[in-house]
Amino acid sequence: MNKSKGQITSVQGNMITVYFDGDIIQNEVGYVLTGEERLMAEVIRISANIAYMQVFEDTKGVKVGDRVEFSSKMLSVKLGPGLLGQVYDGLQNPLPQLAEKFDFFLPRGVHLEPLDEKKKWEFTPLIKTKAKVTKGTPLGFVNEGIFKHYIMVPFNLEGEFEVKGIVDKGEYSVKEEIAEIKNQRGETIKLTMVFDWPIKVPIDVYKEKFTPQEPLITKIRIIDTFFPVAKGGTYCIPGPFGAGKTVLQQLTSRYAEIDIVIVAACGERAGEVVETLRKFPELIDPRTGKSLMERTIIICNTSSMPVAARDASVYTGATLGEYYRQMGLNVLLLADSTSRWAQAMREVSGRLEEIPGEEAYPAYLESRIAEFYERSGLVSINNNEKGSLTIGGTVSPAGGNFEEPVTQATLKVVGAFHGLSRDRANARCFPSIDPMDSWSRYKGFINPEAVKMAKSILHNGNEVHQMMKVVGEEGTSIEDFIVYLKAEFLDSVYLQQNGFDDVDAATDLSRQEYVFNKILVVLNKEFSFEKKEEAREKFYELRHLFIDWNYNEFGSQDFKKQEKVIDDFLQN
Amino acid sequence: MRKVYSKILSIAGNVITVKAKDIAYEELAEVKTSRGKSLAQVIKLENDTVSLQVFSGSRGISTNDEVRFLGHPMRVAFSDNILGRIFDGSGEPRDKGPTLTDNLIEISGPPVNPAKRIIPERIIRTNIPMIDVFNSLVVSQKLPIFSVSGEPYNELLARIALQAEVDMIVLGGIGLKYDQYMFFKDTLEEGGALSKSVFFMNTASDPIVEGLMVPDLCLAVAEKFALGGKDVLVLLTDMTNFSDALKEISITMERVPSNRGYPGDLYSQLAKRYEKAVDFQGAGSITILAVTTMPGDDVTHPVPDNTGYITEGQFYLRGGRIEPFGSLSRLKQQVNDKTRKDHRAIMDGMIQLYAQFKESQEKKAMGFRMSSWDKKLLKYGKLFESQMMDLSVKVSLEDALDNGWKILAECFSPGEISFRTDLVKEFWPKNK
Repeated sequence: MNKSKGQITSVQGNMITVYFDGDIIQNEVGYVLTGEERLMAEVIRISANIAYMQVFEDTKGVKVGDRVEFSSKMLSVKLGPGLLGQVYDGLQNPLPQLAEKFDFFLPRGVHLEPLDEKKKWEFTPLIKTKAKVTKGTPLGFVNEGIFKHYIMVPFNLEGEFEVKGIVDKGEYSVKEEIAEIKNQRGETIKLTMVFDWPIKVPIDVYKEKFTPQEPLITKIRIIDTFFPVAKGGTYCIPGPFGAGKTVLQQLTSRYAEIDIVIVAACGERAGEVVETLRKFPELIDPRTGKSLMERTIIICNTSSMPVAARDASVYTGATLGEYYRQMGLNVLLLADSTSRWAQAMREVSGRLEEIPGEEAYPAYLESRIAEFYERSGLVSINNNEKGSLTIGGTVSPAGGNFEEPVTQATLKVVGAFHGLSRDRANARCFPSIDPMDSWSRYKGFINPEAVKMAKSILHNGNEVHQMMKVVGEEGTSIEDFIVYLKAEFLDSVYLQQNGFDDVDAATDLSRQEYVFNKILVVLNKEFSFEKKEEAREKFYELRHLFIDWNYNEFGSQDFKKQEKVIDDFLQN
Repeated sequence: MRKVYSKILSIAGNVITVKAKDIAYEELAEVKTSRGKSLAQVIKLENDTVSLQVFSGSRGISTNDEVRFLGHPMRVAFSDNILGRIFDGSGEPRDKGPTLTDNLIEISGPPVNPAKRIIPERIIRTNIPMIDVFNSLVVSQKLPIFSVSGEPYNELLARIALQAEVDMIVLGGIGLKYDQYMFFKDTLEEGGALSKSVFFMNTASDPIVEGLMVPDLCLAVAEKFALGGKDVLVLLTDMTNFSDALKEISITMERVPSNRGYPGDLYSQLAKRYEKAVDFQGAGSITILAVTTMPGDDVTHPVPDNTGYITEGQFYLRGGRIEPFGSLSRLKQQVNDKTRKDHRAIMDGMIQLYAQFKESQEKKAMGFRMSSWDKKLLKYGKLFESQMMDLSVKVSLEDALDNGWKILAECFSPGEISFRTDLVKEFWPKNK
């Protein structure tokens, strides 16, 4: 298809209308030529000969009559070795490289190659000439950090192909040809290790999609024990500002037991990404002994960066996640925050003068959110191995009120809900996941009966607490008071976790099981106290002992010593 | 010489339209009316119809007034000469000094590359214990002061301007009452801080559209000083007026409103300004403190709500004090482990006890019997409020921490409060 050309007829904010000749595609990328600059834009509506386009950059200085060049390609990312450890903006521009070239600021209209084209990769072929292949078939692999990065037949090639030639084992850059395949009509296609994929189209090259079963260990106790997440599942974290959404996401990205983490910082503060950016390269992943950055991709479109690219950033994240899932890896995509993405949709919708839905969000908000979360999943691939993409999204509801369109649309499609509460955050109870409101449809690794029991104590304790606010402590029976103390104890020593302490920040599976059993002993124990003062004192003391225990390294001398102190305390 | 247009097609709100060709988006124009000259900015281009928002408002504009396009976007003069000067929302002098025309810089420049940002690590001491001890202000932080009309937020801002350990102050007033403007001017003059300050002042009697420019002017100037190695503190008051100005323009332009009439891009507009806060590696920094009054004391109102999601925490100013609950400096963890080793323990412990005090106070108000523990808490609460929370308290961070231990020792025994044993050993006042 010939590339079309056009001319700008109007400009308002980042929305332009373009009069074009020839043919264009919905979601096609075009470039606005203004002065010396080329500003990237995407077609979002076509009517007669006018294309409505959102510009991915600031439109200052753009004029009516400026030329637009269409690319006849949808908005795509490059998939190939070298993605891990990268820091991209929403359009897959590598930010550190931009910083090298342009220093402090992000210039307009600059696009850099997302993958290092000079780097040589040691390619090992897995397939011989004459073999029959289809999209997604591994042709060979390279070692990318600790992972085997499979080089696959591009996902956009339909039908069966025969391998005409493949290179020998050796070092190749991503630009070099590594194989040639032939379709049934005899046309040959030359392949490199890289191909493009449109970000708004889910990759569906897998064989089968399964129900998520296996728990994803986040090492956050309240999540793993009470509201677990499954590999290939979805979850959301709605919460008002200041409730600790981002800290929770950061802890998850750091400690979760998963192969690859993709952090999509979408329309949030730049400062938050910086911490990940600067600290991850120095942090060691305990499972691999390598830097955490080697398993991480950061897509960073912070709030001051152009709005349209914000929309792209979550899709870019999902696409990269699906790509690595296709290699049999377990991937976790953390999107922070999906509300900013929804707001970006709202801004665009408003400029298109679409009829607004609730709170002026477009009518298609729900289906867009559903589509996005449905890109997650546990799938089997070519060699029957399984890979998964888990999606966790934060939601920033206006006014902290969960009855708003984005939260509600998200709750419909996720498997677990970790609702953060402002009250808990104000009381400095972190993570501030509200145990009363949250839920999960996934199975955890701790005996469900025990968890149920613990939850009922939390519930009853909460009821007693509410009651006590009305009738006062003296109006409460000692039995009820003990239930309240037990609930408070469980909350402060197990549900709460100090994310800033090296030991307490991450509790692995075996420690969770071990400590939870000890907690069950306390919860099941019949206490007999004469007076409430005495009961409170005892429980405070016990709480103190457990909190100190949380700071001891699992299995260490101090840990055992403290356990002994606790056991002795419980004996008496 | 650029072409002059003398046919204004429509005038609605503060927006006028003219027919013109080859005009750039966000370009400036000068409108000459019988009342004088005013700047205007292009906010929409549609074929050859150009919409402009007129800074001085549309009142008195005639359909045959002259519109001259200047061929450049909004700019502001930048040099060391602007120190100690006061400008209005168009960048024109408000004081009696000369108009500055040298070294003009464009405002609202490109965003900072996140890859070039560094983890904030320097505390800005203000000698206000509620800030220094409990919610430390950090270089490159952006923090709003959530308050309601009638609270002394401008007094607080002025005190911070005087006491904060920074190289420069840029103060932006948006829809500020005239006496408040004079208050700032006089206070900074008396405190001897005027010579390291720049003011961009839009008062309530000035056109509100001009107020829209104030944050951008302040931040453009601050950015240049920061790149020159200065630690700049930008103080803005009041960002709710800024948002209301955005609302006004948006409604005039017949855009679909999202929430209570505010435009759908309110979040992005605010973020674009606040995100200018930065610590430039190897150069200076910008820190932003901005007053946001909450209409009806409602934090879920779109302006404070969107602000809260953008900024790195917030201070609540209520009853003339910085509230310990809800007030949060998200960056304090970056700095408060390097000050003194009891800093965090005092910070957490005292607030937890204060929360318990509040509960006891509530119980007392409802007529329940006070236990001995309750009584201790009540005593503690009083001391905490008078020696820590009161805004007139001016002490260094270290003295404030010592005071904290004193208050604790006056009310409790070490066993009653959950402080780490090693800290109690070292800091608990011995003579008690």
